[in-house]
Amino acid sequence: MITIREVSKSFGTTQALSGVSLEIPRGELFVLIGPDGAGKSTLFRLLVTLLLPDGGGITVKGIDVVKDFRKIRRIMGYMPGTFSLYPDLTVEENLQFYARIFGTSVQENYDLIREVYEQIAPFADRPAGKLSGGMKQKLALSCALIHRPEVLVLDEPTTGVDAASRTEFWGMLKRIQQEGITILVSTAYMDEAARGDRAGFLFNGHLLHSGTPEEIRRIYPYPLYACRSEDNYRLLETLRRDPSTAAAMLYGKTIHYSPRTKEQPVEELMTQLEASGRYGRIRYEPIPPTLEDSFAYLSTGRD
Amino acid sequence: MTDGEEIRQEENIVVEVQDLTKRFGHFTAVKEVSFDIFRGEVFGLLGANGAGKTTMIKMLCGLSHPTEGRARVAGYDVVHHPERVKRSIGYMSQRFSLYEDLTVMENVEFFGGIYGMKREELKKAGAAMVRRLGLEEIKGRLIRTLPTGWKQRIAFSVAILHRPELVFLDEPTSGVDPVTRRRFWEMILATAREGYTILVTTHYMDEAEYCDRVAVMAEGEVIALDSPEQLQETHGVTSMEELFWKLTRGESMITNRDKR
Repeated sequence: MITIREVSKSFGTTQALSGVSLEIPRGELFVLIGPDGAGKSTLFRLLVTLLLPDGGGITVKGIDVVKDFRKIRRIMGYMPGTFSLYPDLTVEENLQFYARIFGTSVQENYDLIREVYEQIAPFADRPAGKLSGGMKQKLALSCALIHRPEVLVLDEPTTGVDAASRTEFWGMLKRIQQEGITILVSTAYMDEAARGDRAGFLFNGHLLHSGTPEEIRRIYPYPLYACRSEDNYRLLETLRRDPSTAAAMLYGKTIHYSPRTKEQPVEELMTQLEASGRYGRIRYEPIPPTLEDSFAYLSTGRD
Repeated sequence: MTDGEEIRQEENIVVEVQDLTKRFGHFTAVKEVSFDIFRGEVFGLLGANGAGKTTMIKMLCGLSHPTEGRARVAGYDVVHHPERVKRSIGYMSQRFSLYEDLTVMENVEFFGGIYGMKREELKKAGAAMVRRLGLEEIKGRLIRTLPTGWKQRIAFSVAILHRPELVFLDEPTSGVDPVTRRRFWEMILATAREGYTILVTTHYMDEAEYCDRVAVMAEGEVIALDSPEQLQETHGVTSMEELFWKLTRGESMITNRDKR
């Protein structure tokens, strides 16, 4: 459905994207993960024809985003990261406006936006600028969907949204996906990487990895243990100083600790540390890597 | 409890909130909230958008007057001594922290001045910060030329430059990469060990697990308050995310998924 090939883009001396390549099949829900400034918005804006790439190319259904941008715009729905509807138009007027510029009507595609729009319908006469953050987001999503696009591109729709509302939002996206729409969502919340079919990790303009959540977990190359002691902070410092340690990082109330090799006698090390009496009782167990462990591994030393 | 212990306990209360209420017209943003935060504690304030967290924090900063009840920060009443309260707190968020077009040291001087630090005191604190973070080589660089991780560590250090009794962290790590995020939490915890008290709001449920205790707000009330482990056990869930869902949506997450 979408082919991104060796795409680069710079702004002045800032290299926003460097040789990004990615294939997204029809009907997929793809999550683009990356910290602020990684290049997520730039990649999306190239895709929806709002920017021109310096090098490489992008096609959607075989249509080139530069040469045939008019055709592309008809099949794409785009929700930018900042609220960009008309604040002085009412909720209903905004929706009608977007339907009309795409040569359709609200009635024609209402079934597609029903679930989202019904939540803001009681405020149909309110100017869009006077809505709460959550309602603005639902209106923007309705407007991006009203022409029944084949591809929906959402730039950080969940930033600043509480955890429960985010869960609801992803549920909504899954149902939109079931209508056969290919969806790309960007986010800076690492915990959202597992919410789609596949995720790509963008860092400093490079796509470091993409794959299913399971594939991303598997790239973590070391054994991993969750350790807990009565003085985690101290234990962390000690583990870090140990030359046999590949990685040791705090993760809530536990330390995620990786020895360099599978053969290393972790039990011996922990017993020894516990016997020193400096950390109290140490509990540890092998755990599968989280997506964030993999992302941390990929980005280490690249800042 | 003996008298001595009681006194010690009192001394260790940095934030004291009692029946705190804030109404805007007919709308009650914060409703009869009570809790204490103790010295050296990392205290998390969670809640859905619109649950009353921001109003709560504004009152604790001395920026908004409570309608009823009282709150004391570092021993100062937020209504009667808002200026003292402001000097007793440090503040950092991802959106508002340092001036990008000033150098590291210019930011230090600027914020130190705002926090009312005397020249000598500021010089000392600035030098100590440079030593602690190893900033000698970059102290003359503009903030915007520094990597995110550095910016964040410097922003946090600037927020505690005047040795505040309480540090507010408002979504301090939103939009940050995973390594930087964890390093930052190490710094927060190290600071708490030195006796600083931290009040943090976040939408990252996994970050709530770094906190000693967490208060969950819904519709202006604190509906749960305990350590993350205890909260999960009490409510029969295995993650903070599930807990948050259950508390704010009033049903378990699994049932909700099944429905779909």
